[in-house]
Amino acid sequence: MEGVWTLLSFGPEGWGDNIAKGVLLTVTLALATLPLGLAIGFFVALGKRSNDKALRLAANIYTTIFRGLPELLTLFLVFYGAQIGLQKLVHLFNPDANIEINAFVAGMVALGAVFSSYASEVFLAAFRAIPDGQYEGGHAIGLSNGQTMRLVILPQLIRLALPGLSNLWLILLKDTALVSVIGLTDILRQTGIAARVTKEAFLFYGIACLLYLVLAMLSSIALGAIERRTKRHGVQR
Amino acid sequence: MSANGTIAVERPPEVKQGWTRARIIGVVLLTIWAALGLGVLIFMVNAWDPDIFARYAPRYLSGLWVTIQLVAVSVICGALLSVPIALGRMSRNKLIAGLAYAYVYFFRGTPLLAQTFLIYYGLGSFRPELQAIGLWGFFREAWYCAAFAFTLNTSAYQAEILRGAVESVGRGQWEAASALGLSKLQTLRKIIIPQALIVALRPYGNEIILMIKGSAIVAIITVYDLMGETRRAYARTFDFQTYIWAAIIYLGIVEVLRNAIDWIELRITKHLKR
Repeated sequence: MEGVWTLLSFGPEGWGDNIAKGVLLTVTLALATLPLGLAIGFFVALGKRSNDKALRLAANIYTTIFRGLPELLTLFLVFYGAQIGLQKLVHLFNPDANIEINAFVAGMVALGAVFSSYASEVFLAAFRAIPDGQYEGGHAIGLSNGQTMRLVILPQLIRLALPGLSNLWLILLKDTALVSVIGLTDILRQTGIAARVTKEAFLFYGIACLLYLVLAMLSSIALGAIERRTKRHGVQR
Repeated sequence: MSANGTIAVERPPEVKQGWTRARIIGVVLLTIWAALGLGVLIFMVNAWDPDIFARYAPRYLSGLWVTIQLVAVSVICGALLSVPIALGRMSRNKLIAGLAYAYVYFFRGTPLLAQTFLIYYGLGSFRPELQAIGLWGFFREAWYCAAFAFTLNTSAYQAEILRGAVESVGRGQWEAASALGLSKLQTLRKIIIPQALIVALRPYGNEIILMIKGSAIVAIITVYDLMGETRRAYARTFDFQTYIWAAIIYLGIVEVLRNAIDWIELRITKHLKR
């Protein structure tokens, strides 16, 4: 038992500090992906409920692709594909340039694309739950389209979309584990290195699982608090 | 209102005709999609190499077969395992309900990749013990470990689907059945399950799709499924079209499944349409 605590301690013999860095990277990646995914998801949802056929089609193609591809494949497509694509583009101007895609950015883009395609469906469902009377009421008191969206629709939309988005956040947190494959030192990568060096695979992968569980629990608590806050001055439907 | 009376009226914004902003954005985005699609097509045509195709097409097919087997085995075993877990979740016994909840919470709260590693690499730490009870042969093989991990994972999700579906059927249905003198098992089989299935169909379909997409991670623990064959082909040829082929195959499977589920749902809810 003492050996276990040494292995997990912070310091030269222990892996505690390495794993803590991994946790930090996982959380940073998820937090950095969130605003990207939310923003794209919102605009894709707007596109899907547009009156214009072309815009609806363009938005639906986006969701079909990123919901249909395995997350791991999306990650590889972004990581290798963007590298090759950018390299070719740069070679047109400067044949000697060498481009390396940052793994963190690739992870952010891939996870953001997946997150946003699911988020757009959540936003779409929330849009549908807001009655037309809200738009008409906004217009009746002389608000422009943009003002109606910002002042009337958005506050209600957030409240309606929050449960679905909370779920997506938990999925995002788990999906970040995939970036360990393209070399980012997240929780799973750090514990994997520790497992290989110390030959204590079960211990370290068990700890990885527990850390993800703790992150999920902390998220649930925080999301629950946010949900209660938004419900405070909401109409009961 | 007189003809020359000009009363200022706040009107709702007019519905615009012709080239609205939405239309322009839509056409621009569609053009970008079309350009991307065309780019991929041109790239595929340029990169077309009959040698590579002849060498790797059969491997992709065998990879696809491995993926299908893996998903089929784990979804079916997971479905069997999910029944006791769902019953446990609904149990009135606090201990059983708590254990079932902990199981579901663990497998839904941690990444599938971490679970797979825990089983494939982690159980290797218990090699002597596993050898002693004769299970080492099972846990030595990456394929079996992956199937085992996926089964445990999907059973947690399926248990929740099952529980939600059964609980969605109203209490009145149980009461009416018992008033008619049906036993509990008869009620479940003849009244509850048929109604619960309609609710459960879509989540079940989504779970199968998630498993197909999720199964791609077995490539990391050296199982040569579709993703594994793709990675191997890319590592040997450095040809990016290998990944594009995989993307097309995965997208095709998922789209076919999604449409099949829509079709089944349309059929089994016919009597509910008015």
